[in-house]
Amino acid sequence: MIQEFKSKGKNYLIGLIWFFLLLWPLLGIHSDGTLSFAKAFYVWFYIFCASIIVVTVYIIHKKGLTLPLVKPLASATNKIYGYAASMPKPVLFIIIGVIAFLFPFFTERYAQDTAINVLIYICLGLGLNIVVGMAGLLDLGYIAFYGVGAYTYALLNTLYGLSFWLSLPIVAIFAGIAGCIVGYPTLRMRGDYLAIVTLGFGEIIRIIFNNWMQLTNGPNGILGIKPPAALIPSFANGFSFEYLYLKKLHYLYYAALLLAVFTIIVVSRLSASRIGRAWEAIREDETVAEMTGINTFSLKLLAYATGAVLGGIAGAFFAARMRFVSPESFTFIESAMVLSMVVLGGMGSIPGIILGVIALIALPEVFREFELYRMLAFGASMTLMMLFRPKGLIPSKRMGVRSEEKEE
Amino acid sequence: MEYFIQQLINGLTLGGIYALIALGYTMVYGIIQLINFAHGEFFAAGGYMGVILLSFLSANGYLATNPWLCLSGSIILAMIYCSLLATGVEKIAYKPLRKSSRLSVLLSALGMSIFIQNGLMLTQGVYDKPYPSIFSGGGFDFGNIKISYMQIVILLITILLLVFLNILVFKTRIGKAMRATAQDKTMSSLVGIKSDRVISITFIIGASLAAAAGIMVGMYYGSVGYNMGFVPGIKAFAAAVLGGIGNITGAMIGGLLIGIIEIFGAGYISSEYKDVFAFIILIGVLYFMPTGIMGENVDDTRV
Repeated sequence: MIQEFKSKGKNYLIGLIWFFLLLWPLLGIHSDGTLSFAKAFYVWFYIFCASIIVVTVYIIHKKGLTLPLVKPLASATNKIYGYAASMPKPVLFIIIGVIAFLFPFFTERYAQDTAINVLIYICLGLGLNIVVGMAGLLDLGYIAFYGVGAYTYALLNTLYGLSFWLSLPIVAIFAGIAGCIVGYPTLRMRGDYLAIVTLGFGEIIRIIFNNWMQLTNGPNGILGIKPPAALIPSFANGFSFEYLYLKKLHYLYYAALLLAVFTIIVVSRLSASRIGRAWEAIREDETVAEMTGINTFSLKLLAYATGAVLGGIAGAFFAARMRFVSPESFTFIESAMVLSMVVLGGMGSIPGIILGVIALIALPEVFREFELYRMLAFGASMTLMMLFRPKGLIPSKRMGVRSEEKEE
Repeated sequence: MEYFIQQLINGLTLGGIYALIALGYTMVYGIIQLINFAHGEFFAAGGYMGVILLSFLSANGYLATNPWLCLSGSIILAMIYCSLLATGVEKIAYKPLRKSSRLSVLLSALGMSIFIQNGLMLTQGVYDKPYPSIFSGGGFDFGNIKISYMQIVILLITILLLVFLNILVFKTRIGKAMRATAQDKTMSSLVGIKSDRVISITFIIGASLAAAAGIMVGMYYGSVGYNMGFVPGIKAFAAAVLGGIGNITGAMIGGLLIGIIEIFGAGYISSEYKDVFAFIILIGVLYFMPTGIMGENVDDTRV
């Protein structure tokens, strides 16, 4: 154990000194002409202690000294997983459904607000999942379709007075067309080129929102968008249906839940279908997929358009809920956030993505006082996930067994 | 005509800066086929280092007495700083992933980019930082054409760095090793080139050029912000693609062209859409001639 400490310790010390060298000028040289060491040293010292603890725990764990502690924990989690797996699937879905349905009755405004956010991002994450997780096309401009959806509904509503539910198909068509327009020239490229081009397209669409003053009112955004409406049963004087705008938060929650369930069903049906398998084949090896008779280009375009449609619908709901849209909401950092949800949860797996969304939207709400460090943690977690668990928290199940897995 | 020449000079200044950033992208891509998303952040970190050092020096009064020494010293220190940053990023986020899929390296790079950007924001604040004025606003006037001292300094530094880089890559042993590694990593390691070291050096060179570019952008526009690395980063990548990715001369030409096109686009078409031109060029080049201007054959895996 001492030996291990020595060899690892040397590397860590070098790393920590290097880190201090990086940190000190940023925190210790002040523009009023003074030098200071205290602040940089404190920050560094916290990180130093934390990393030493982590390394020590890691080494002890490697040596197997934590086994008596970890073992009961592991068996307990295994048991829980076993129960969950042994339960028939419909029962599981019903339990989750009932919890989701009853959620607004037991919670405050704030929790409902967060829940709506989570549901919107589930729609977005699952839409992006089709493009990134299933078809393996890295899309860094995904938020643009969210923006297209939001602006389409905003304009339809404010200019033509169309209601939310009527606008939804039109929004879907517009977002799909936008997806095809972006996808058609870009999908001939592969891998990282595709990533950077979609990033470029995302920025172009945002710049257009920002500068097309006559249509989008530029950076000021569009105000006065109506929320979705529905027929609500009312018992005030006898039983009747009332046509109401869903201004109350828990009604909006149900609308969001409806959209999220719709998205989950669409994505899960798609992934089980022939198209889903074709996407998977393209992700694994495009050339081979083409050889087996898959029309790769049109299927990639389909993946792109489907993702765009789901993103657009989520965007329309976002606009309806905020009752205001502006280009600020559709920056690259939003794209990166949705992408990191998909990556964190596990590309291609629906429960994984739901977990990823909850982790990245609901957890920061719990740790409200560390709000500033949110994006820092996102970036770090993205890299760490790639380093230690590239398949995500809940990896997606593959169809069939691969030959190299069989041999093991 | 005068307007045209004036715009051309402005475009060259901006293009030189883009060329410096583009070199980092193109060299890293040439060696490990990775779009280094964090490169734009090295550029921003360089700009911040410049503002920290220069304002420290100006507050102590050194900047007024010998500006040249201060400027060159700050640039060199910022370059060293960014190379430290780049080696760290390379060791932590890219090296362990060298064997895994390209998507995961790309995502890791993206994560690093977000991390550094927010690290800068947290340590240096959300608001733009003003650059201390080093050279008085004067310049040369030829009729209506104006060249400020700042532009001359920027052009001179750019040319100096580009010449230095060319000597390094094409005349020295390490440059030869870099070119060999870019061509065939396995083969070059068989003849005794340490590919890990070469990759680290490539990152260091790219990051230090980006740091110099960051300082010059700061001087040119008068301020730096924590998210300044994003848009110039993509534009520089567009420049690298335009010149043929992996090709050093191509990146220089591409950078100059992108700068000139952006300035002309802003001057003659629409200044609101000036960021769009670089993206359109990027998409157009990738669609119609993915090898770029100077690119050699590009096989299936690259595009």
